[in-house]
Amino acid sequence: MTSTAETVDSRELPVPTRSIVDELDTPPLSISQLTWRRFKRHKMALAGTIMLVFLVLYAIAGSFFYTEAYSNYTETGTRLQAPSIEHPFGTDTIGRDILSRTIYGGQISLLIGLTAVLVETIVGVFLGSIAGYYGGKLDSLIMRFTEAMLNIPQIFLLIVMAKFFSGKLPNITFLGRTFSGSVVVIVFIIGLTSWMYLARIVRADFLSIKENEYILAARATGTPGYQIIFGHILPNAIAPIIVTATLSVANAILSEAYISFLGMGVQPPTATWGNMLEGAYNYIETAPWLWVFPGLLILLTVLSINFIGDGLRDALDPRSRAV
Amino acid sequence: MTRYIIRRLLQAIPLLFIISIVLFILMDSIGDPLATMGGRKVTRTEDRERLTRQLGLDKPIYVQYLYWLIGNDWAKTDMDGDGIAETPGLRKGILRGDFGTSLVNRGKSVLDVIGDRLPNTLLLMVVSELIIIIGALAVGIYSALRQYSLIDNIVTTVSFIFYSMPIFFIALLSMYIFSVNFKKWGLPYLPTVGMFDPEVGKTTAQLLLHMVLPVLSLSLISLAGYSRYIRSTMLEVLSQDYIRTARSKGLRYGYIIFTHALKNASLPIVTVVGLDLPLLLGGALVTERIFAWPGMGRLFLDHVSRGDTPVVMGILMLISVAVVIFQLITDITYAWLDPRIRYD
Amino acid sequence: MDAVLQVNDLAVHFLTPEGTVYAVNGISFSLDNSETLAVVGESGCGKSVTMLSILGLVPIPPGKIVKGNAMYQEMDLLHSTEAQLELIRGKEISMIFQDPMTSLNPVLTIKKQITESLQRHMGLDMEKATQQAIALLNQVGLSDAQQRLNDYPHQFSGGMRQRVMIAMALACMPRILIADEPTTALDVTIQAQIVELVIALRDRLGMAMIWITHDLGVVAGLADRVIVMYGGCIVEEAPVTQVYENPRHPYTMALLAALPRADLRRNQRLKSIPGAPPTLHAELRGCPFAPRCDFAIDHCWSENPSLQTTPSEHKIACWVDVQTGKAR
Repeated sequence: MTSTAETVDSRELPVPTRSIVDELDTPPLSISQLTWRRFKRHKMALAGTIMLVFLVLYAIAGSFFYTEAYSNYTETGTRLQAPSIEHPFGTDTIGRDILSRTIYGGQISLLIGLTAVLVETIVGVFLGSIAGYYGGKLDSLIMRFTEAMLNIPQIFLLIVMAKFFSGKLPNITFLGRTFSGSVVVIVFIIGLTSWMYLARIVRADFLSIKENEYILAARATGTPGYQIIFGHILPNAIAPIIVTATLSVANAILSEAYISFLGMGVQPPTATWGNMLEGAYNYIETAPWLWVFPGLLILLTVLSINFIGDGLRDALDPRSRAV
Repeated sequence: MTRYIIRRLLQAIPLLFIISIVLFILMDSIGDPLATMGGRKVTRTEDRERLTRQLGLDKPIYVQYLYWLIGNDWAKTDMDGDGIAETPGLRKGILRGDFGTSLVNRGKSVLDVIGDRLPNTLLLMVVSELIIIIGALAVGIYSALRQYSLIDNIVTTVSFIFYSMPIFFIALLSMYIFSVNFKKWGLPYLPTVGMFDPEVGKTTAQLLLHMVLPVLSLSLISLAGYSRYIRSTMLEVLSQDYIRTARSKGLRYGYIIFTHALKNASLPIVTVVGLDLPLLLGGALVTERIFAWPGMGRLFLDHVSRGDTPVVMGILMLISVAVVIFQLITDITYAWLDPRIRYD
Repeated sequence: MDAVLQVNDLAVHFLTPEGTVYAVNGISFSLDNSETLAVVGESGCGKSVTMLSILGLVPIPPGKIVKGNAMYQEMDLLHSTEAQLELIRGKEISMIFQDPMTSLNPVLTIKKQITESLQRHMGLDMEKATQQAIALLNQVGLSDAQQRLNDYPHQFSGGMRQRVMIAMALACMPRILIADEPTTALDVTIQAQIVELVIALRDRLGMAMIWITHDLGVVAGLADRVIVMYGGCIVEEAPVTQVYENPRHPYTMALLAALPRADLRRNQRLKSIPGAPPTLHAELRGCPFAPRCDFAIDHCWSENPSLQTTPSEHKIACWVDVQTGKAR
């Protein structure tokens, strides 16, 4: 579920073979100018940003139109109703309005996506930087551990850990909503099973930046390790971190959707786009609206993040090919 | 070349050990086998103590890991509670193929339980992987050669969309179109449940028919993603100097694509495909659940929810070993394809 | 002697996101049988693009051959199909490139890379092609050819790789060899060896040769005639001795003056040409060298001089007579 492919802007012309390019001079532009122009050229990234803003607005502004209580309000008399004026997205198996559930579910799904990436970034950058900076045995140890974790498919780990931690955390209140403890659990376990890619990238960057002369100079003047890492090296390694973190949000949202779909993620009544799809395949003939709307929302969110991430990658790191 | 293979094998072994440690710690934290051992009844204290000693749960964790790894039939356990260890254990340890017995399927060895379902999953995965590789190569190369044409743009956009879909969405969508709606419109429709129709029996035709939708769901996402990757790899290779040299020698263009370009392009492709196995396995989980395919994925889900730790850990261990081996094969293939690696 | 290759009024543009690049602006020249023509100029003057367009190796898009033709044996190379060109490349006209490391396919053995031309153009089977490949490698100075056939490019040194390239290019005994700065990426001592090798092979095969370089030092022992290019135009064309003894274009003179010489006094500075080469982003107006020329007059800025022949086969594109300092 990681982005493994790269896109080529269909409006970009191909680069001619190297010796011709060397002979052609181009007018000089500043780095930020170049970056912005590349990003703008990437109209898909622009479209993605607009779409994402729209989706975020949908999740947030929607709460002004429907209350959370309404989204959880069950009424078995109105179960499995097709989309109508009163229920534009229809109702689910126990009579809850799907539209309002997608709004509040969207809040959770997006929140989980962002916070999981936060966890993942902190762990990944931390481990990657100390492995890359200090090298030696520490590096070996961390890399072995990273490799081991990479070899265990994420979703299996997620399921096992979700099962273990389920029911162990209490509900929490945050920003005026009450979340079941499973939300926090999901955030952490997604974060703790996704940091490996970032750690590897950060470590690779550190290994190469470390050799630069200004780093040697900083060390020679006695600058402490953590200051070098955070003040000198990290700012230079920030580009791939941003790109990876952005694309990871899409992965995190997908991961949450997958385990919630399997019934092991966020527990009802708290809605997420993923758990709204749980069991929908039993009603495939009778009630397609159960899964079409949440599914579409997931698709659009992931698509827009992928667009943005690709645009960022082209803009900040033109020679990279993500693996 | 042989030296390289041996070197990689030796590197893989400590990795497997570390994985086993990670998984063991996980298993140790989550499982309370005593809770389910006694069945529905609450276990009596004496039984609980006996079971604790029998299962070696009173020993320190590294000893437990040791027993798990190489069994305890060479050590003595204190079975009768008199403080003196006298009875040898029954376990042989996973290194000798003993993964324990299932807690849910009483008495059945874990390997048997898994073995029942493994071939079904393998069937899905092997077919999917083949479709992914062949499909992505075809689409990717075609797109690269027809850069900026209408087809290329359409394919790129469609790929992007498919690539962003969660697998259950594709599964449900394909179910909806090819099964539900085909049925409604009176067209021959594809089955969505299980491996074969019990009335017809387990024939090859039935298998193939039932495989269509699951395999489609499994392969579409990866196919979309890889075709884009192959396309950009091919484009990059085609802009290299040695392709210009090959053209300057008057070699035929088709020959250049397949002999000069593809061999270079295949290097990053092999790496990426090699990373695909974990994703494919994850996808299998969801697909098997939706299509009621009796495979290892469904087994995993069932047994996790019922707390059958030995089976769960057995599956996890097997999967991780498979991933490591697959990675090994990928690395060796890579070295075989790229002579620069071998001679380092 | 008649011309084996005749290029007329060739212009090549590149359409990039930053605008059009006017790489080659209407040049004409010819190459005689068994003649060696040197093409001299700085990076970016269009010399490589010219040769690549002749063989149809310029990527189109973003390149575009705006006008001109290139006649080889009554065939216009610029207006031929890819199939027709494939028969010419490697067989009649071969090319060797500047960087032998990137110009050889890293994942194919050199045996493969040599025999494939032999199989393609000469119809040889693998056995005969292999024998021929060994002979070729011996000719270019690789003595242990037999053992090294199954090696890969990265296992050779830079000089050896270039020899392999030469062997590849000459495998089918072409009538014309185009060499695009083949020694620029090599050590100076190896450079001399490669130049000697190419001269020997050229004499043996009686080939015509175009040698592209920015190094006037190499040209002297190698070429019969010299073309000097600047800003996508030919500014001077003359037999080699004339170029060194009697340069008539300010640019040629400046190039020669900039050559480091052993007889300079110790505290004499090296003469460089002030300014920078043109970026070719604007359509040509006036002489491309005008901004850096010591002799420039008003006319130079408004109109690009065309190549005029003077007596003694010396062609010059300039409004000023450098010997007198006055307009022609």
